[in-house]
Amino acid sequence: MNIAESVLQGDRLALARLLTGLENDQPQGRDALDALFPHTGKAHIIGVTGPSGSGKSSLVNRLALHLAETGGEQPAPRVAVLAVDPSSPFSGGALLGDRVRMRDLMERPEIFIRSMASRGALGGLARAAGELVLALEAAGFDIILVETVGAGQSEVDIARLAHTTLVVEAPGLGDDIQAAKAGILEIADILVVNKADKNGAESAAHTLAAMLEIGAELKPASALLENTWKAPVCLTSALNREGIAALSETIAAHRAWLRESGVWEQRAQARLEDLFNRLLRERLLAEWQRSQPQANLTDALQALHKRESSPYNLIERLFS
Amino acid sequence: MNRKIRVLIAKPGLDGHDRGAKVIARALRDAGMEVIYTGLRQTPEMIANAALQEDVDAVGLSILSGAHMTLVPRVLELLNANGQGEVCVFVGGIIPEEDARALEILGVKAVYGPGTPTTQVITELTQLVETA
Repeated sequence: MNIAESVLQGDRLALARLLTGLENDQPQGRDALDALFPHTGKAHIIGVTGPSGSGKSSLVNRLALHLAETGGEQPAPRVAVLAVDPSSPFSGGALLGDRVRMRDLMERPEIFIRSMASRGALGGLARAAGELVLALEAAGFDIILVETVGAGQSEVDIARLAHTTLVVEAPGLGDDIQAAKAGILEIADILVVNKADKNGAESAAHTLAAMLEIGAELKPASALLENTWKAPVCLTSALNREGIAALSETIAAHRAWLRESGVWEQRAQARLEDLFNRLLRERLLAEWQRSQPQANLTDALQALHKRESSPYNLIERLFS
Repeated sequence: MNRKIRVLIAKPGLDGHDRGAKVIARALRDAGMEVIYTGLRQTPEMIANAALQEDVDAVGLSILSGAHMTLVPRVLELLNANGQGEVCVFVGGIIPEEDARALEILGVKAVYGPGTPTTQVITELTQLVETA
């Protein structure tokens, strides 16, 4: 049986190995994903982002558990978690520690957790995060929670990958002007103020809600469709298991809105185009570099080092 | 191809002394490996399941409770049952010499006691994974 067939039949080791192959950009990984592609596109992708220490992993732990248990009439949804942590810029190694906070999930082997190192990507995810999500979709997971690295003000790639983006904040992290300048708030479909057990959570929630209000009023008319969803603020305490049910209802409401408004499809298309464009860029660069005589590039770089040519000038020459 | 060595560092059993595990995790990260750190009080089942989902090349078990002769064989058994018999298992902690030999016969690739230089662990682990 080949990798794709094994993955479709629920072989978790085959899936885990496929994820490694995709991360390392191996040909077998690409071939398998090629075969699996028709089986993708059904899962609800939920992004979880926010600053270091706001409690993303603990929240994912509680949320995944809750989501996996609330099937209602239907069979319980199958839940996967993709957790990204930063790579060291010096050694290239990484300490992936999100599992420490996901103890409850580790007692539930049917919930699939994969840790991923960012490997130099700066947008809060890793280069191949999109491919790993596709593979998890094909493996039959209904809900995929994607946790970013600790994100501050501009790590917003997750908004392009997820259907629903949760931005997790905690009390005591900054004032309303910091909230106003941070791009990360703009990507929130749902804003979560976690650590509601701590002082100042209520007032942080009010401040952030007010900022979201101003943002919504200033949105251009072209964003009309997106505008019909007003990002709500949810208070949670992952520690005390409070607010998790309400958050998961809000996520369900967002999913329903995505479906009704057509934004689900828009986001799915944008995600696929992003992936296509990235793969195309990488391919073009690799092919072009291969097509150039090595001496051309070496000469060009030497001219650059000696400041005989500007980078603009060099590129013009290389393409003329 | 940019293949990285992936290592799971886990503390099975009930002792709470995780400094050794953290030192090794940090040293392996600084040596360029991707280290999945799971924290305290893991059951052998949790460890084997994490090793599978993470598709690791190696599993490092840190045990100071004295329960290594129960915990380690169980982890090896589960890894084998999951089709991951080739994963390189190494153990750190207070392990008497004769137990260390017994564990090696069962399939443990290396046993490290207190005071082992981290450079030795890095070099040996890299060799073990690359020749596996």
